[in-house]
Amino acid sequence: MDGSTQALTGFLSNQPVQTALAVSAITALVSAAVGVFAVIRGQSFAGHAFSGIGAAGGSGAVLVGVQPLVGFVTINVAAAGAMEMIGLRGARGRNLATGIVLGVALGLSALFLALDTAYTSRSGTTVSILFGSLFTVQPSLLPTVAVIGVIVAGLIAALYRPLLLTSVSRDLAAVRGVPIRLVGIGYVVALALAVSLSAVTIGAILSTALLVGPAATVLHVTRRTSTALALAAVLGVAACWIGILVSYASASWSTDARGWPVSFCIVAVVFIFYLSTSYGSRLGRRPRSPHPAHDVSPRPD
Amino acid sequence: MFQNFMINAFETAAIVAVVAGVVGFFTVLRGAAFPAHAIPNGAFAGAAGASLLGISTLVGLGVFALGGAAMIASLGRRERVDVAAALTLALLLGLGDLFLSRSNEYASEVFSLLFGEILGVASYEILPTAVLGLLCIVVIVALYRPLLLSSIAPDVAEARGVNTRLMNLAFLGVLALTTTMAVPVVGAFLIFSLLIGPPAAALAITDRPLRAMALSSLIALVTVWMAIAVSYSTNLPVGFFVGCFSGIAYAAGRWWSMRKDVAQSPRRRRLS
Amino acid sequence: MSTSERTSSGGSDVLVVEDLSVVLGGRTVLDGVGFSAAAGSFTGLIGSNGTGKTTLLKTILGIVQPTSGRVLIDGGAGSRQRPLVGYVPQKIELEPDAPLRARDLIGLGLDGNRLGIPWPSANRRRLIDAMIDAVNANGFADRRVGLLSGGEQQRVMIAHALISRPRLLLLDEPLANLDITNSHEVVKLLSHIATDQNIAIVLTAHDMNPLLQAMDRIVYLAGGRAASGTTAEVVRSETLSDLYGHPVEVVHAGGRVLVVAGECADDENPPTSPPRDEPGVV
Repeated sequence: MDGSTQALTGFLSNQPVQTALAVSAITALVSAAVGVFAVIRGQSFAGHAFSGIGAAGGSGAVLVGVQPLVGFVTINVAAAGAMEMIGLRGARGRNLATGIVLGVALGLSALFLALDTAYTSRSGTTVSILFGSLFTVQPSLLPTVAVIGVIVAGLIAALYRPLLLTSVSRDLAAVRGVPIRLVGIGYVVALALAVSLSAVTIGAILSTALLVGPAATVLHVTRRTSTALALAAVLGVAACWIGILVSYASASWSTDARGWPVSFCIVAVVFIFYLSTSYGSRLGRRPRSPHPAHDVSPRPD
Repeated sequence: MFQNFMINAFETAAIVAVVAGVVGFFTVLRGAAFPAHAIPNGAFAGAAGASLLGISTLVGLGVFALGGAAMIASLGRRERVDVAAALTLALLLGLGDLFLSRSNEYASEVFSLLFGEILGVASYEILPTAVLGLLCIVVIVALYRPLLLSSIAPDVAEARGVNTRLMNLAFLGVLALTTTMAVPVVGAFLIFSLLIGPPAAALAITDRPLRAMALSSLIALVTVWMAIAVSYSTNLPVGFFVGCFSGIAYAAGRWWSMRKDVAQSPRRRRLS
Repeated sequence: MSTSERTSSGGSDVLVVEDLSVVLGGRTVLDGVGFSAAAGSFTGLIGSNGTGKTTLLKTILGIVQPTSGRVLIDGGAGSRQRPLVGYVPQKIELEPDAPLRARDLIGLGLDGNRLGIPWPSANRRRLIDAMIDAVNANGFADRRVGLLSGGEQQRVMIAHALISRPRLLLLDEPLANLDITNSHEVVKLLSHIATDQNIAIVLTAHDMNPLLQAMDRIVYLAGGRAASGTTAEVVRSETLSDLYGHPVEVVHAGGRVLVVAGECADDENPPTSPPRDEPGVV
């Protein structure tokens, strides 16, 4: 009893752990808010793609000697514009547009990584961008993370109602005078910012897992968007904190004194959450539908 | 420019391009861009696992690619395909992270599996590439008609007795085979670019399915060969040029189709 | 159900639905539905939303399994009869970027479920051309199918369904999104096809009016139960009151037929659709 209290105190007073808990909480909250709409609107691919596209911007930023985060944000906002310019409609068309932009961006990151002389190891950069590690986040990054988090939250709050209406029915929104295109662009920018933030701090895997996982999980149990947003935020933060705790603890009981990587632990928790609601609610309400995509339509509250 | 390793590169690239063109045709038609990204990207975790266990990279890639495909198909029964792909990718990469943390030497191989090292393809790698590629083509040709019908009008296909769920699984399986074939030689990122850009361009240009498939392979082939040649003379990475040329090919395709639409008099459209 | 009688003899009946019940997710969607359709005849399945029309079609297609009762197509049951049925779905959503001409999609109707790629042949081409003629699709046969209008796509889908020479053609709400002129055209085309090719045509609709002239038989669905016969037999106040389980009145007004709730209908029921424990569309 006394030992476990001591261990917990040790956990909480650890500087990297504190930073990890704070950063992951902010990114999980932001990802959940943006992610619920990404799932409803069928833009999960764009959400993932921004982490890959951002990586190209990040390595480009290193090349010209600016903050990687600046590179992430700049290239992602540009990419969001490019996807919009390709102008394919519908979830399927948007996925194709995303794919084309992502294809070009991956080429760019190959170029930037090859040109980067600042990095001694290209592989090291790739691995850290892809997997990230919450325990190596610099505490000095915290204010920036918080500021971008607030901006994204503000964008989503401002767009909330028109976004909901356009997601449910484009036609209805058009009749009500909602500027559909503008709302779409505004949302994609929020998505780009949110993913830049999470990808650069916690890595591409966690970025995608936290964006889609909690949102997909809660949309199995509620159709009410405001409830979904709140639940997804709680689940996201819970997954991160449980994952961090497990990863931290695993170092002590792992045989070779190497803990389980934190990204893996969090993804595992996210996935367990998903499976529990996905299979739990299966017998309950949903009739089997050949087109589950039409099933997620939310109810405005 | 035509040393042995360059011949190897051109040959391998040709196989990969033709297969990518054919498989990519259905990828774009079915709106499966995300699975086409998630399977190759997630599969490399299998390579990491294989190196940990000391078995062949190809086996690790194959197992994870097929596993990822099966998972996308099964999650996709209750979920949008992009959500299914995102969850699958996150889980596979999470496992990859775990595998990588167990071994210290693997990091450099990650880089080559993602970005590819086509100029480093050895002669003995060409045969497995060709065999897997041929398998992909055979499956696609065999399933061509039901796959096409179920991609375009799933209800009608179902009513005609085509098992659309099986078609989806078969398609994702081919995507997994394509991945296993291409990732060791050209990398996960490059195969993705080839699966999307050239077919999307071909779809914009022609109205006929078989022509679109052939054209898509041709565009992919030209893209890769040009990329290798330019890369060789500029000493910049092949992946950069493949990404650029795929994008340019798509833009050109769109431009072509717009020109065609303008040329087609609007009066003729009303005739019916 | 006592209201579901069969009048024609079984000999020329392409489709026989016998005492069909379907329970989906604990809900009885169809309850003892029976009717038949002869070769060359035109049958309308009429009912408002949620009365089980689509479920009935899917059961006939073999996609939904009945809880009791059976479906006979050309005297046989089961999946072997499937090639005898052509189907045109309600929502036709073809992607505009699919590289497929109208004639390619019609060709897939011929052999879309077979393995391998289609080899061009004079015979195949002739069949496709004949079908294009049959649905008056000459004007747009070589255009990209995803770019055609809704009505044009529907005609392509009808040709797609007809080219494999089915004995029975099922259409789900073919008139739902068409204006009066277009729906008149489609009804005329379908009646012509039924007699010309000697096949049974069964279509669903929520409004019987555009079909009144063309229908040989009507199957009126309400609350999962059905009344069938000629329009004169079925569209009467007595038959429909019996079906709904409470009084309704059939009103003829300006060449149109309206079904309205009778005098002792509940206040909360809207007059034109007298519902009674109607299950939702599945």
